Order: sequence, then C-alpha cells, then structure tokens
Amino acid sequence: MSILVNRDTRVICQGITGKVGEFHTRGCLEYGTRMVGGVTPGKGGETVADLPVFDTVAEAVAATGANATMIFVPPAFAADAILEAVGAEMPLVIAITEGIPVIDMARVMPVVRASKSRLIGPNCPGVITPGQCKIGIMPGYIHTPGHVGVMSRSGTLTYEAVWQLTQLGHGQSSCVGLGGDPLVGSSFIDILALFEADPDTHSILMMGEIGGSAEEEAAEFVKHHVTKPVAAFIAGQTAPPGKRMGHAGAIISGGKGTAEAKLAALESAGIEVAASPADMGAAMVRAIERKNKKK
Amino acid sequence: MKIHEYQAKELLRAAGVPVLAGKVARTPEEAAAAFTALGTPICAVKAQIHAGGRGKGMVKGSTQRGVELAKTAADAARIATGLLDQTLVTIQTGPEGQVVRQVFVESGCAIERELYCAILVDRQAGSPVLIASTAGGMDIEEVAHKTPELIITEPFDPDRGLSAWQTRLLSARLGLPAASWRAAEQFFKALTKAFVNLDASLLEINPLVLTKDGGMVALDAKMTFDDNALFRHKDVAALRDESEEEPAETRAAAAGLSYVKLNGTIGCLVNGAGLAMSTMDLVKYHGGEPANFLDVGGGADVKQVTEAFRIILSDKNVKAILVNIFGGIMRCTTIANALIEASKTVGFTVPLVVRLEGTEVEEGKKILANSGTTIITADGLTDAAKKVVAASKGLKA
Repeated sequence: MSILVNRDTRVICQGITGKVGEFHTRGCLEYGTRMVGGVTPGKGGETVADLPVFDTVAEAVAATGANATMIFVPPAFAADAILEAVGAEMPLVIAITEGIPVIDMARVMPVVRASKSRLIGPNCPGVITPGQCKIGIMPGYIHTPGHVGVMSRSGTLTYEAVWQLTQLGHGQSSCVGLGGDPLVGSSFIDILALFEADPDTHSILMMGEIGGSAEEEAAEFVKHHVTKPVAAFIAGQTAPPGKRMGHAGAIISGGKGTAEAKLAALESAGIEVAASPADMGAAMVRAIERKNKKK
Repeated sequence: MKIHEYQAKELLRAAGVPVLAGKVARTPEEAAAAFTALGTPICAVKAQIHAGGRGKGMVKGSTQRGVELAKTAADAARIATGLLDQTLVTIQTGPEGQVVRQVFVESGCAIERELYCAILVDRQAGSPVLIASTAGGMDIEEVAHKTPELIITEPFDPDRGLSAWQTRLLSARLGLPAASWRAAEQFFKALTKAFVNLDASLLEINPLVLTKDGGMVALDAKMTFDDNALFRHKDVAALRDESEEEPAETRAAAAGLSYVKLNGTIGCLVNGAGLAMSTMDLVKYHGGEPANFLDVGGGADVKQVTEAFRIILSDKNVKAILVNIFGGIMRCTTIANALIEASKTVGFTVPLVVRLEGTEVEEGKKILANSGTTIITADGLTDAAKKVVAASKGLKA
C-alpha cells in the first residue's frame, strides 16, 4: 500500500516532446515507473523514449489506459493542460510546471474541485512511492521503501528531509510535493487524510513555510483526525517580514502566516517540531518514539 | 513587480475606477505648474516611492512629511523642494529610507468617510477576494489583529467578477448611505475587473473615500503584479522603475534568479525557495547572519549560477559564502562547473563552503576535487553551516 501512486499506476507526460518533459520522462522510466505515453498537440504519431505521442489527453487515455498524468507544459499553456487532463477525467493530475499565473490557477481551481480528478501542484516536484513509482523530478536514489509519509510545500526541502530519513534508516511510504504556489490543487489536509487512511504509512513528516495558513489548518486537522505520529518543520523562521508582499497578504488570516503562529499551532496539536532543517529526520524519529512510549 | 501610485491611478482610470485628477512632477517648478493646471483650491503633494506609510513618513534630517496639502502653487513648489531628491523614511522603507525622485500633485476632494479596500488571491478560498473595512487610512494589519470583525471578505470568480448583490452586501456592511450603493457597485466592479485583467497580485485602496456628494474615489492606490503573468502585459512591464529597486535584486531578476538582499555577512546560494529559507534559518541557528536569500531555481545553467556568484560577491558585507545544493532538476555537475567558471572569471575573495547532494553528486564532487580551487567541502547541513559561520568570523571550523 501507499498513497496516490504505486507500481500499477499508468502514467503519461503532457509536454513530453519538450526538453525537460523528455528528460524527466526518461528519469521516471529508469526508476521503473510505468510510463505509457505522452501528449503534445500537433505531434501525435511521433515517439519519445520509445513511447507513443498523442495530440490530446483523451486520445492518450483511450489508447493507453493511463490513470495519471505528469505535466511539463510551459507556464503560459499549463493551466489549459490541467483543464484538458481534468476534462479527460484523469484520476491523478500532477503539475510540475513552475511560473503559472495565479489568475490562471484561480480559473482552474473551481473546475478541479467540481471534478473527480485530484490535482497535485503546480510548481511541485511530484509524487513518489519508493521502489514502485516516481512521477516527477525528484532524484530517485535518495528514497527508500518504508513507512514514513512525507509531504511538503517545497521541493528541495523535501529531498533534504527524505535524505535524512533514509540515512536514519527510515524509509518512506509515499512522498508528496504539494507545490509552492499560492493556489495548489491539494493541501496538507487532503494528503494527511490519505496518509491517515493508508495502513502502510505509520508516521507523517511535513515541511511547511511562512505565509498563508495551510500549516495552521493542518495542525488543527491533526489534533482531531490523525492518530499517527507527526513531525514538522517550518522554513523561513528567520526571514524578515514583508519582503514578499505588502499589507494585504497578511491580513486575510488576521495575524496567521508568521513562523511563530505556525510553530505554536503545530506544538499545540502535539506535533514534534524540528528545531532546524538539519533536525527534520530526527524530529520524526522522536515523534515515533514518543508515540511508542505511550502505548 | 511594484509600480508607483500615479502609475496605478492611470491604469485604474483607464479601467473605469474613479480617481482624482493629478500630475506627476520631477522639479518644484513642475509641481507649481501642476497645481495651477489642476485649478483646484487645494492639492495633495505626494512623494512617489515604492513603499507605503508615506503620510506619516518623514524626510531624513527635516520635518517634511511624505504627503502634504498645498493651497497655492508656491506651496506645492515648497513641498516638492522638501521632498525631491531627499530620503523619505516610512514604516515600510526601514531606517535607510528611499530617495524621492518624483511627486504626484493631486486635486483634493471633500471627504465624508475613509474606508479600506484591497483585492488579492486567497489561498484558502482558491480565488481572488475583495477585502473591505470601515477602518480606512489605518494600519490594516493592526485592524485585522485587534478587531477582525471590522474586516469584510468577499470571494469572486475571476471571469464573473463580483455580483451586484455582493457589492450591496459590502455597501451595507460598510454603512454606506443607500444613495451611494450604485456608485459603490460601479467602483467595486471596475476594481475587481482591473485586478483580473491586469494580472495584479495586490490592489490596495487605502483610503477609499466616500465623498461629501456621495461618490466613491480611490484616494491612494497600491498595485503589485504577478511576475509570472508579465509576459502578457508588456504595457505594465514597461512601468517598472528600476531606480526603486535594490540594484542587485534587479540584476538577479534579469538573470532569472530570485534574490533578496539582507544585512548579514554570509552569502547563500541555494536551489529551491524552501531550502533557501531553511539554509538561512540554519545559518542563524549556528550563530551567523545571512547576507541574502538566493534561489537559483530548478533549471539554472552555468551562466546563471556564475551571475549568482557575482551578485553575492557584489555585496561588500559578505565574509563567506555557503552553497547548498540538493540536486533534482538541477544537476550537481552544473553547480560544480559554475563554481569553477566563477572562480576563474569572478575570483573568490572570501571563503566558500560547498555542500552538494542529489542528482550527479559524485561527478560534481569529483569536478570540484580536481579543480584545484580552495573550496571548503561539507557533509550534510549542520557541517556546512558550522563551517561557513566559522569562516565568516575568520576562524577554522
């Protein structure tokens, strides 16, 4: 078991004929992912990495039985690519593309929410179930099969956490990059619910960052709905305020969004908080041990 | 990307949002001429800088405020003299302040009430939202903190915009007289349309004014734009005022790098925003002060990374540099080659600590080992942080 993806997941790549799309399609194939095709409008009939290329997602699904898509389409066209995947009733849509205009995503969000598709990203590293399926850009070798569920708003910080876990002898059930953009398809809460329900996930490590209130909401959810040990780290604890956005960014949540508020919320939910980014793996181990003692 | 108030008002006027007549001036003479041309009994002379809090802000070494009312052309010239080429310090500029290069001379209006309104994209709602409050002219963050009940939030669909009933709800809750509801509807609808059509990331009107004759006017306007959407707004992109920006940040943006200058002594070069922030946290955790945030992004090439080093080294406060790369899309070999290229073309004058992990890490380490440069290598985050903090203080780790 695992969440979202496993060895049976059949994956296409939207934007497969682009340099980056092709590079990472090959990377996923090497990892053992069942890549079954790709989509680039106007390039149907070609092949990339020995995989058939289709003009539309609907054709690709009909021909290959794909049930997941990995999107590398350039930012100006990526929102449309997501909508196309949702339109083709693709169960899992993973958008890697960085730099999609926020308003485009605001148009995408209600369509995704009203559909049966799950969107991960955009601006994320993807999803991996170690030893089974890698959809995205993460370096495969840092992962080990195991029982820690990992999720994060930041790509390279996820790699760092996974690497620490692997070195401490803790493998991962699945790792999910939620994406660093203001509007993303899946939140911490969505993935927490999946990890809680997955028998193969025994503990959960999450990496958040300053801004917004997703971490506070996750802490609230953990308090009431998660029985597994949880550890967390918040990036940007020393970042000066107001550097990214002026007034209005902070007001919507009335004082939420600061590292202090997030750390306080996490601690009050009984989540083990990592003191520094070098402490993320160790914090997970502490959370597991603490839970074991209680038993 | 930020723009000036006067530029924001030109954009808003074109979008049908009521603003007052005004003219930008770059000399006291121009300010006086603007006053005369506007032909109103009273004008506001407003410093144009990319920071808020101007009304309470003060010019360094004088008692000149950032915004002052003028009743004559001579008044306008005097205020402009007090502001132009001077450094204005506001709550948002920090103690170093910002140089005023132009003033906006704007006609006055008869104010009945001051309100607040802003539009931004809300993560939780997954859509843009309009925020309004009766507490106009105030520090809105303080209002949100102390009296959150005074803040009204209305989400809207980007294509449909605000519905008429939503504007009536806003009007009622803002306590506007019924005779002004129609004006408020037009104002809010035009404002939301401008936000969406221009791909703004923040549009803040503080204060939004209800005039004595029942109209609605944007008395101030602060606009920032979604950098990711500027490709489809060449006209907006042309409004960029580089003199308002930190030169190193402008240079970084041109190279496709994300850089924020800070005041410490340890230069940081990292891939990924989250890891870059965490690296800063770690430096501080071990007793150092980061000199910058720098995210080289996922797909940077040797040229971009070399430029990143140049930018970090252009900061004279930098005493040591920490490179922390966890390769994903970014290959460690790219960083290694860039390090060597930079040491040849830029020349490292300060100690350099490098921590590599991820894609092509072994090859990357090999390139560095064979290069003959005096790079301090580190294993893991803590080791890297300790070494760079020690190096910045002239010590050996």
